[in-house]
Amino acid sequence: MSPIGIASAITAKQETPVPGIAPGRALFNRKAINQGVAMLTYTLRRLLVSIPTLLFIAFVIFMLLELAPGDPMASMPLTIPPDVRQQMREALGLGEPWYIRFPLWLNQFFIVEPQYWIDNAFGTNFADGAQRIISFQSRSPVFDTIAERLPQTLWVVGMSYVVGVLIALPIGIISAYRQYSVFDQAGTFISMIGFSVPPFFSGVLLIVIFSVQLKWLPSIYDTTHVVEDWASFKIQLQQMVMPVMVLALQTTAQVSRYMRASMLDNLGQDYVRTARAKGMSESVVVLKHVLRNSMIPVVTVIALGIPSIFGGAIITEQIFKVNGLGQLLIIALQGSDIPMVMTITFLLAILIVLMNLIADILYGILDPRIRYD
Amino acid sequence: MTDRAPQASADNLLPSGDPVAPPKLKVDKPRNQWLDVWDQFKTHKGAVFGLVFLTFITLFVTVGPLIWDVDPGKLDIRNKDVRPIYMGLFDSSAKVSWGNPMGTDNLGRDIMANIMQGGRISLAVGWTAMVLALLLGTTIGVLAGYFRRLDGLLMRFTDLVLALPLLPLLLVMMLLFRDPLRAAFGPENGIFILIVTGIGITSWMQTARIVRGDVIALKEREFVLAARSIGTPARRMITRHLLPNVLSPIMVSATLGLATAIITESALSFLGLGFPSDFPTWGKILFDSVDRMTAFPERVIWPGLAISLTVLSVNYIGDGLRDALDPRIRGL
Repeated sequence: MSPIGIASAITAKQETPVPGIAPGRALFNRKAINQGVAMLTYTLRRLLVSIPTLLFIAFVIFMLLELAPGDPMASMPLTIPPDVRQQMREALGLGEPWYIRFPLWLNQFFIVEPQYWIDNAFGTNFADGAQRIISFQSRSPVFDTIAERLPQTLWVVGMSYVVGVLIALPIGIISAYRQYSVFDQAGTFISMIGFSVPPFFSGVLLIVIFSVQLKWLPSIYDTTHVVEDWASFKIQLQQMVMPVMVLALQTTAQVSRYMRASMLDNLGQDYVRTARAKGMSESVVVLKHVLRNSMIPVVTVIALGIPSIFGGAIITEQIFKVNGLGQLLIIALQGSDIPMVMTITFLLAILIVLMNLIADILYGILDPRIRYD
Repeated sequence: MTDRAPQASADNLLPSGDPVAPPKLKVDKPRNQWLDVWDQFKTHKGAVFGLVFLTFITLFVTVGPLIWDVDPGKLDIRNKDVRPIYMGLFDSSAKVSWGNPMGTDNLGRDIMANIMQGGRISLAVGWTAMVLALLLGTTIGVLAGYFRRLDGLLMRFTDLVLALPLLPLLLVMMLLFRDPLRAAFGPENGIFILIVTGIGITSWMQTARIVRGDVIALKEREFVLAARSIGTPARRMITRHLLPNVLSPIMVSATLGLATAIITESALSFLGLGFPSDFPTWGKILFDSVDRMTAFPERVIWPGLAISLTVLSVNYIGDGLRDALDPRIRGL
């Protein structure tokens, strides 16, 4: 990195114009363009790398499910003659060996299903009646069921993540700014509790307190409830409070810990002393200089936490009887509905890989010191 | 400890005291560094609380059944649904009995005996799974860090495992291998092996990453160069020089591993995919009591509190250990 490059990097970080840098302005721009191109190639390379990763994951999940002892025909009446039973197995696609069914599944997942999706969206006819991924249990396309269940999960999980992050950020900032104060100790203690109390206990405890003893909130999440006026909106709010809080506690614990650590790292840096020495107000120093730099690792933590909160939702949905994706997965597992389990698990894997990619790219966008060459 | 970081050995030789006082001419006998670690650990209040509670709960589940020798599986239908003893204070009509201080469940089984038995299994699963994960993680981390040829392959593998959706896969594994293992090792041992292996092979990745990073940094140090220059073979290099120096991150991730293992086991039991119901674990007792928590909230709260407090104390121990093992913080 050239000396001017370092200077411009510092300028970009501190957002204070340094006199004498003007001749370097053009250079900085070219550098920015170079950086953009480098980032684009980096993103493309990462996308290409993630394809074999996803294929490998699909293969692992597929082979694991291949070992499954559960027979999808087990729930059929015993009076069905063996030859008809064999035909039914073949109709479910179970007659072929795995090296034929695995590519078929990949074809259905990556080509046929998107085609149906496009057909639905634009009224075209790409799919042309091709075989979709069919659930063993309901005999309907897996993606239709997932599309029915997704909104419930997204509402609860998404809302809880937003709430959790919104609570966590101020706690982390104040905790770090007033290190070792009563607030900091309380915040650290609460985040420790959030780490330690499993959702299946905090959820049950909330139900005991607020549903059983105080009778304020419903213990079961009613997904058929329709919001049309203020009163029904209030009911919707009431039934969302507990699941959202249970999931948000976990997010808050994690994010506020990272936020605090990251703020503490930055508060001790030289540039903070410089900013204070220049006579900047404390709020500008903390909320502009320190906060912006501290957010870099925290944003990646937030992005990386999204898949795990979907995993955690499996348990929370079970407690509050939300009929979302987690519950669908549990039911499918118990009924050995292999296509459904495979698809949901693989969708989660895609989410993990995607969020990893996004976190890495965000890191590069937010921190100009990171170079991709 | 053959070779520690220089600042640590300096700490050992000079007792940390008033920096203004003139240096003593007579150097004290070098203190064992673990005594220093213990001194620092003692200053962390949460960690001391954690250690005390973990010792208490361990004694409660190991020595407890010897003193409170009620069979946890014994059915006593006449004494069913006994409330815990403190309920007598609020409600004189509540059915309480000194014979069952924590109450009994709907089949008359003593809850205190069940919590002890369940804690034994939960803690045993936690410790074994943690040790397994540490062994895997340390082996892979050291191999990847020390042998450059293996690094790319092993770390790519670690990344792949990290990208797997672990909880769903764990659930799938529970369903798949439950019956074969049960047939091979008996109902309790089969499930124990299955859960421990499942948790172990899905939670070694963080340890591997940390150990690899530390080993790579250590390889650049002078003492490693010195050891190599006298022809130390790789095996002894790892066991004598590298492993003792990565002990602190391993210990910290051990506490994290123990906490997650206990929570994961309870979560599996809670989803109905853990131990069969004749073998109580904390998660299982909690799961079985959820249906009747309106009438008997204490049956949910006892096991839940046991899990939460154990995990909380383990996390605090980890925090204290991290501070105590970091020579930059020690002595402040």
